[in-house]
Amino acid sequence: MDRLIYLDNAATTKTAPEVVEAMLPYFTENYGNPSSVYGFAARNKEAVTRQRETIAELLGVQEKEIYFTAGGSEADNWALKAAAECYGSKGNHIITTKIEHHAILHTAEYLEKRGFEVTYLDVDEEGVVRIDELKAAIRPTTILISVMYANNEIGTLQPIKEIGQIAREHGILFHTDAVQAFGQVPISADECRIDMLSASGHKFNGPKGIGFLYIRTGVKIRSFIHGGAQERKRRAGTENVPGIIGLGTAAKRAADTMAERAEKETKLRDHLIRRVLEEIPYTKLNGHPSKRLPNNANFSFRFVEGESLLIMLDMKGICASSGSACTSGSLDPSHVLLAIGLPHEIAHGSLRLTLGGETTKEEIDYAVDCLKEIVRHLREMSPLYEDFVKKNQGQTA
Amino acid sequence: MYSEKVMDHFQNPRNVGEIENASGVGTVGNAKCGDIMRIYLDIDENKIIKDVKFKTFGCGAAVATSSMATELVKGKTVEEAMQVTNRAVMEALDGLPPVKVHCSLLAEEAIHAALWDYADKHDIKIEGLEKPKSDIHEGEEY
Repeated sequence: MDRLIYLDNAATTKTAPEVVEAMLPYFTENYGNPSSVYGFAARNKEAVTRQRETIAELLGVQEKEIYFTAGGSEADNWALKAAAECYGSKGNHIITTKIEHHAILHTAEYLEKRGFEVTYLDVDEEGVVRIDELKAAIRPTTILISVMYANNEIGTLQPIKEIGQIAREHGILFHTDAVQAFGQVPISADECRIDMLSASGHKFNGPKGIGFLYIRTGVKIRSFIHGGAQERKRRAGTENVPGIIGLGTAAKRAADTMAERAEKETKLRDHLIRRVLEEIPYTKLNGHPSKRLPNNANFSFRFVEGESLLIMLDMKGICASSGSACTSGSLDPSHVLLAIGLPHEIAHGSLRLTLGGETTKEEIDYAVDCLKEIVRHLREMSPLYEDFVKKNQGQTA
Repeated sequence: MYSEKVMDHFQNPRNVGEIENASGVGTVGNAKCGDIMRIYLDIDENKIIKDVKFKTFGCGAAVATSSMATELVKGKTVEEAMQVTNRAVMEALDGLPPVKVHCSLLAEEAIHAALWDYADKHDIKIEGLEKPKSDIHEGEEY
């Protein structure tokens, strides 16, 4: 099977050719260290600044508020650990959610071991944070609220504006992990009262290993990596110039194509959802039907297991991912699917399909055709399905 | 991640299905952990396993180990079937990734559970066979 149908754009995306093109001279010709004095290298400093300006403009913030990092996980770690360190004298309580990425959850657990108290908010069955629960969780000692902009597994968009408002009213820092959302949906840091925001280049057709943390002016965040004076002395290390050029170019490209792409992807996504729900019985859509990323569809197929599904899709040339435990090496299925209330055995049978700008209707139709056949085949092998059918026959007889 | 043999048994599983009025049926595993295996045995009066079928809910390794386990016990006497260990299943599949070793244990348990059911129904004692721990009985919740 030569064809490759890539429906895992939430895992990573193809670096756009024009992004690669923009990066290339910064490996071979313009290789100077931006901190050097001579003009040959100093021009790279300007090039880096231009990318910072591009990204700042997209978020509606100032250039000096953008700090380049080695990706989303670093930005998340930085936001939480530095906030804990700098605001620890004010209080020791942090609020986040049960459906965050592990870059947030494991950092929060790390802070718990160091004396911080963390509230992990539940979400409703569509994966949305309940505002009243957030309000009730706030204590006088709360120093930080961190809620992701959009979930990486089920694509649910959070009420970020309301959360930002509440945080601001209470004088609490607000961080959002926007790794899945930046470049996919419009984000205004000011309107949503965001104090810190994490993003990652490879999620929007940029290179891997580069991302940024937005830190609003006035937020006391200390240095994360000590050393040179790069990134306003807060994140030392010679700039990843080609990466930064790629990040800025990809961000600009994502913003320029966003409206058109979102419209196209939403249409295809809804076509995919409609076909799967209509043509494959005992299937459920996970996440919110409309408040979700334009490119995300997540299903649970009862009586089948996710890894089997992924391997069989792979044999048909289709790349996807699952919240099944078997794909992670642990016995528990995805924490996100459990948080929205799916029983373990149904969470094991989940499938995430995430579209990209290049995904076609023909590819979606082919994927659904394969999926129908694969689910049918796996159910024929499934003792859970056998019992279900027998039970139903017993009831109708 | 998987050997060619595992992929072959996953793509073309042997002996999938059910046996009506089977001599013994065993279901083991836990849907919570994502693996359930059911083995059907058809055993003749000479205690020879004439036919064997399986159904499995689980990952690629769970399907492949079930398939291989049925191949290894087919045509054997019940005593010989007792010698089919998880190690034998793994070796026959040219190995499994470390996180999937539990699948082969489950396959061994599924065979034992079906043999236990057979022995129980026919009031026979099979040397070395113990009541399987994770056996799921009809009507029980997984």
